[in-house]
Formats: sequence, structure tokens, C-alpha cells
Amino acid sequence: MSASITPSQTVGPFFGVGLPFEKGEQIVPAGSAGSIRIEGQVLDGHGDPVPDALLEVWQPETTGLGRCRTDAEGAFNFVTVKPGPSPAPDGQLQAPHLNVTVFARGLLRHLVTRMYFPDEAAANRADPVLNLVEPERRSTLVAREDGGVLRFDIQLQGERETVFFVI
Amino acid sequence: MSEDEREPPYLYPDYVGTRLRAPAKPLVQLPNGFHDFPAPLFPRSLAELDHDLTRRHSGDPIGERIIVSGRVLDSDGRPVRGTIVEVWQANAAGRYLDQDDQHPAPLDPNFSGAGRCLTDAEGRYRFITIKPGAYPWKNHRNAWRPAHIHFSLFGNVFRSRLVTQMYFPGDPLMARDPILQSIPDQSGRERLVSRFDPETTVPEWALAYRWDIVLRGRDATPF
Ligand SMILES: [Fe+2]
Repeated sequence: MSASITPSQTVGPFFGVGLPFEKGEQIVPAGSAGSIRIEGQVLDGHGDPVPDALLEVWQPETTGLGRCRTDAEGAFNFVTVKPGPSPAPDGQLQAPHLNVTVFARGLLRHLVTRMYFPDEAAANRADPVLNLVEPERRSTLVAREDGGVLRFDIQLQGERETVFFVI
Repeated sequence: MSEDEREPPYLYPDYVGTRLRAPAKPLVQLPNGFHDFPAPLFPRSLAELDHDLTRRHSGDPIGERIIVSGRVLDSDGRPVRGTIVEVWQANAAGRYLDQDDQHPAPLDPNFSGAGRCLTDAEGRYRFITIKPGAYPWKNHRNAWRPAHIHFSLFGNVFRSRLVTQMYFPGDPLMARDPILQSIPDQSGRERLVSRFDPETTVPEWALAYRWDIVLRGRDATPF
């Protein structure tokens, strides 16, 4: 007999006192060999910035946890290393990706998405998760190269809404 | 009832903040087991007094000292060991130490309102803090949040991640709070309410509340 789970509640607007930690966005030190920088913005259904979101990045078996809160413009950034391909539970190979979790005031549950890499076109085409997504929405999961930085915006709602996964 | 049916929906219009932030397109279901990889490890070490929110400053915070403890279990009833529990809360006057908190209630120089601890071999956690105050939040006319403590946990696998809030028994604001009421069924809402616990109360020192937490376990059944 299994116990029923404890339900989720929003992180609220005042998580700043509890959750962010110093240099949480630097999963590896900025400027270290092989590091990459990811920048993005969290936007709501009107396209307005979400200034009270918290993002976590997790790459199992590659690095530690990254955590970054958005600023007044909804902007966040992470410094990390690019992961390699990883096996899915069914043994298929998944393209390199980051697991990205979004918390915010107004989100009663967190959201889970993935960031894929723009220089992995062949691996992305074969990726078992991307292939579950309607073709016209897949691009919301792939970062764009933008002058040495990987740009990954997260649209919570609307026409260009980011693909989120059932947890 | 499935795990998902116990959770609040993303869109709950009575909680105005959900209206422009809830995804409008369907979430994509991954095959069984895709979120069963190991949960993140917390990348910072803990200090000895991180679980005691009343001893971060030179003086004692104002308010009613309380002990909040309980167990963290997975949905099979097994203790979740060595997982970090992070908490944050308002002070006794209902004010957060946060620039954006505009509630005209006093800050307490002896209270910051954040704590962390690790669960032990039986999945137990324990915090010492003060009872947080209710606070207004402008969601609707005369909107007040019931007293609550925010909790964040990782558990064993990625899908165990939980951020939630713990409430106090008998608070009349709970019935009027759209954030708590967004949980569809009564038993789910009751899961977020701690109970007064005379057993762990320390005589002449602090009242105690008990609250157990159940995290999602693995999705896939191993063969
Ligand atoms: Fe709160």
C-alpha cells in the first residue's frame, strides 16, 4: 500500500531569503576551461518578464546543481559544461541536454523542461524526447548560438510557449 | 487517485498569479522512468546551526519559539535519508526579509527566516524557529495568507522534487486561501497542515508541531 504524496505549493515571491546561494549560477567557475555560458529570459503570457522565478539546472553525472533567480528583466544565466549524450531508461541514446526546472510566484507546481544544443542537429533529430514533441514546437527546446553565448528563453504561456514535460 | 490528481492545477484563476504564468498548451508525457534519474545533490555544505532559525544573530527573535519536525518518506513508505530540507518564512509579524515585501510590519534584526537540515537515517528532520505571522498579499480584497513555512526538498530521484508550504492547525485563514484551496481534494489539503505535538514539545521552552512529507518515488517498477 503506497502513501499518498504531499501536494506542491508555489515557491511564492519571497524565496530569495531561502533558496538562492552564492554563485549558484556557476555550476563550474566562470572562465574555466570548457565552460559555456547560457543566458535567457523568463516571460509570461503577455510576453512580460517574470522577475520572481527561480531556475535550477541539473545534469546527472556531469556536474552539481545550478540555481539562479531571475532579475527585474526576467533574465537569468548559468555557467556550466556541455554534457555528452546519455542513455534513456529504454537504452536509446539521448542528445546532450540540460534538465531545467522552473519555480515562480504563480506556479502552483514547478515546471520541467530541457535545453538542447544547436550544434547537435543530427543527435537532436534522433533524440527520443524531442521526437515526442510536435515538430513545430521542438525549436523551443533548442538554445541558439548568440555571439559566444547560448540563448535559451522560457515562455511560460502563449504562442511560442516552451514545451514542458509531465513530471 | 493518481499522483497528478492530488496536485494543484497550473491554472487556478482564483490565484491571480497563475493566469499569465500557467502553461496553456498540453504538457508532454515522457515514457515511464524518464524522470527516475538521481536527484540533484546540494552543492553546498551545511553548518551546525543551520536548522536553528532562532540562533543566527546576537539576540533572540521576537515571537513564539516552536519546534517543527517530522519524517520524509517516499510513496512506498520508505524513509528518505540524507536529503536536504530547505525552509524559509516570514517573521512573527508576517514580514519577510525581502526588499520586495512591502507589508508595513516590522523587520526583526534577530530573524532572517531561512534554515536547512539533512534528514537522518530514519528520514527525520527538525527545525527550531518562531511561529510565522499571517500577511496580506493583494490577490483579492482583504487577502491574507495563513501562517505558513515554505519547504523545498529533493528526495532520491528527479521526479521527487517538491516545493510546498506547511500550515498550522486551526488557522481560520486556510479556508479562504486560494493557494491552499487550489489542491483539489480535502485529504490533499490536510496533508499540508501540521499537527500540534505534545510529545515533541519541550516543557518550559517551546511548543512543537509535527509534519510528515511524502515524496514521489520512482515511476518505473524495476523488473
Ligand atoms: Fe510565504
